[in-house]
Amino acid sequence: MATMTSPTHAKTSAEHEPSTVARRRHRTGWLFVIPFLAVFLLFLIIPLAYALWTSLFTSTLASGTEFTGLDNYAKAFTDPIFLEGMGRVGLFALVMIPLQIGVALLAALVLDTLATRLSQASRLLIFAPYAIPVVIGALMWSFLYSPSFGPASTLFDAFGLQAPEFLSTNLIFGSLVNIVTWQWSGYYMIVIYAGLRAINPSIYEAARVDGASGRQIALRIKVPMISSSMVMVLIFAIIGTLQFFTEPVVLRNVAPGVIDAAYTPNMYAYALAFQYSQFNYASTIAFSLGVLVFIGSYLFLYLTRKQSGLNR
Amino acid sequence: MTLSTASSSLRKRRKSTEHVDHHVGGGRRIGSHALLIILAIYFIVPLWWLLVSSTKSTSSLFSSAPLWFDHPADFIENVQGLFTHQGGIYWRWLGNSFFYALTGGIGATVLAILAGYGFAKYRFSGRGWVFGLILGSVMVPLTALVVPTFLLLSNVGLINTPWAVILPSLLSPFGVYLMRVYTQDAVPDEMLEAARIDGAGEFRTFVQVALPMMKPAVVTVLLLSVVATWNNFFLPLAMLNDPNLLPVTVGLNNWTKLSSTGAGGEQVWNLVTSGAFISVLPLLLSFLFLQRYWQGGLAIGSVK
Repeated sequence: MATMTSPTHAKTSAEHEPSTVARRRHRTGWLFVIPFLAVFLLFLIIPLAYALWTSLFTSTLASGTEFTGLDNYAKAFTDPIFLEGMGRVGLFALVMIPLQIGVALLAALVLDTLATRLSQASRLLIFAPYAIPVVIGALMWSFLYSPSFGPASTLFDAFGLQAPEFLSTNLIFGSLVNIVTWQWSGYYMIVIYAGLRAINPSIYEAARVDGASGRQIALRIKVPMISSSMVMVLIFAIIGTLQFFTEPVVLRNVAPGVIDAAYTPNMYAYALAFQYSQFNYASTIAFSLGVLVFIGSYLFLYLTRKQSGLNR
Repeated sequence: MTLSTASSSLRKRRKSTEHVDHHVGGGRRIGSHALLIILAIYFIVPLWWLLVSSTKSTSSLFSSAPLWFDHPADFIENVQGLFTHQGGIYWRWLGNSFFYALTGGIGATVLAILAGYGFAKYRFSGRGWVFGLILGSVMVPLTALVVPTFLLLSNVGLINTPWAVILPSLLSPFGVYLMRVYTQDAVPDEMLEAARIDGAGEFRTFVQVALPMMKPAVVTVLLLSVVATWNNFFLPLAMLNDPNLLPVTVGLNNWTKLSSTGAGGEQVWNLVTSGAFISVLPLLLSFLFLQRYWQGGLAIGSVK
C-alpha cells in the first residue's frame, strides 16, 4: 500500500493545476470507459438507431421495401391494438405501482421499528421472490390460479362458496397485478429499508421529546427523509411496468382466450416480428414504446428532481 | 449528488436499535409482528406450493390437496423424469442458464467497474455529456431493443448462438451509474495520488488501490446483473430456436405451453413443477448465504 501524502498536495496537482501531465493522465480515463462504451454503442445506440431507420420503411410483397417516412408512426398512433395495449399498461402502472410501493413501504417502516428474530426472518421471506425468475413466479401463480390445480377451490368449498375464476376476463387484470406485486415488493422493500436504516435515529428522539407518535414519525420524518430511495424504486417500477411482457405471456399459456397476443405493446411488437414477420412495423412499435417510456420516466424524474437530489 | 454507502450507516445505526425499541409499546409490537407474519405468509405460500408440488406425479397434482404432500418419494421419480424426458434436456437448460448468467453477469460487471472508475476518477473532456447519455439510457426499456437487436444480429449470423444472449446482456448502464457514485465517495483521490507518486502506473493504481475499496459495489452490481441475466426471458425467447441452447426459463415455459395444449403424452406437469423447483434453488440459496453482502448494497445509489 502506498504512503499517504497530505490531502492539499493531492488536490493541487489533480484539480487546480491542470498541467500537461495531469491532462494526459485524465485522458487515460477514456481507456477505462471505452470497453463499456463499445457495448453501449453496439447494443443500445445502434439498435435504437436501427429501429428508427427500419421504421421509416415498409415492405410489401407487391412493391418490395420502400421508404415511407413517418407513415408507420401515423399507423401506430391510430392503431387500436397498439393504443389499447398502451392504455392497458398505463392502467397497470396506475394500479400496480402504488400497490407494490405501498406494500414495500409499509413492510420497511414496520421492519425499521423492530429488531427481533421474527422481523429478520420475515424480511428474508418477503424478499425471497426477487430470487425467483419472473417466468417461474408467473408459472407458479398460473398453477395456483388454475381451477384444477390450485388451492382456491378447496379453500372456498370449505366455506360453501364458489371459488373465483382468477383466469377469467374479469379477474385477469387483478391476477396479473397480484403476480407483479408478489414478485417485486420485496426488492423495493429492501431498498427502502436500507434508506430508513441510514437515517440518524437521534432525529426521532428529538421528535419524541416534542410528543410525536410513532405514526407521525413514520409519515412526517421517515418518509420525507427517504425520498431519494422512493424516487429510485418508483422509476424502476414505472420502467418495469410499461415493458410488461413476461407475466402475461406465461399466463397466456393457460388462458389463451383471455390474454390475446397483443395484450401489451411489447407482446404486440413480439407477435408482429416473430409471428407475422412485419419487422418494419414491429420496429415502429418497439421504438414508439421506447420513446414513450423514456419520456414518461424523464418527466417523472423532472417532476421529482427536488426529492431525488438529482437536480445538481 | 451526495451519496454514501448504506452499509456503513447501517452499522452505526445498529447500536441504537435497542434504544428505538424501548419506545415502541407492547400492543404496537404485537400488531407489527402480526402484520409481518401475514406478509411473510403471502410471500412464501407460492414457494411452499412449489416445494410440495415438486414431489407430486401429474395425476396427484390434479387430485391431491395443493398445499400438502401426497407421496413425497415421487420427487425421485420426477428427478428421474427430468433425466430421461427428451434425453435429459432439462439439465442442459439449467447449464445454459448458469453459463449465460455467469458470462453475461461477470462481463457486465467488469465493464461497469472499469467505466464507473473511469467516470469517477478521471476528468477527461467529454466526460459530462457521455455520462449524461448513459444515465439517460437507464430509462430506455431494454425490451424495446430486442426486436432491432434481433434484426441486426441476424444480419451477422449470430442469431441462434449463445452470443445472441450473452452480448446484449453485457449492457448495464445502471451498473455503471452505481459504480460511479460509489467510487466517487469510497475511493479518495489522495490515495490514488499517493500510489502514483510512489510510481504505480494508472492500471496498477486501479487494481491495487481502488479495486479493493470498491468491493461492496462490485458485489452488488455482480448480483444485480447475474440475476437480470438469469431472469431474462424476452431476449432468449426471441434470439434462440435451437432447444439445446435455451435457458431454463424459456424451456420450462415451452413445456407448460405443450402441457396445456398437447395430448396426454406431452403433459409433463410434474416435470414443470419439479424442474421449476430445482431451478430456483441456486439463487435462493445464494441469497440466503450472501445476506451480508446484498442487504446494504442494494441501496447503493439511492441513499443520500
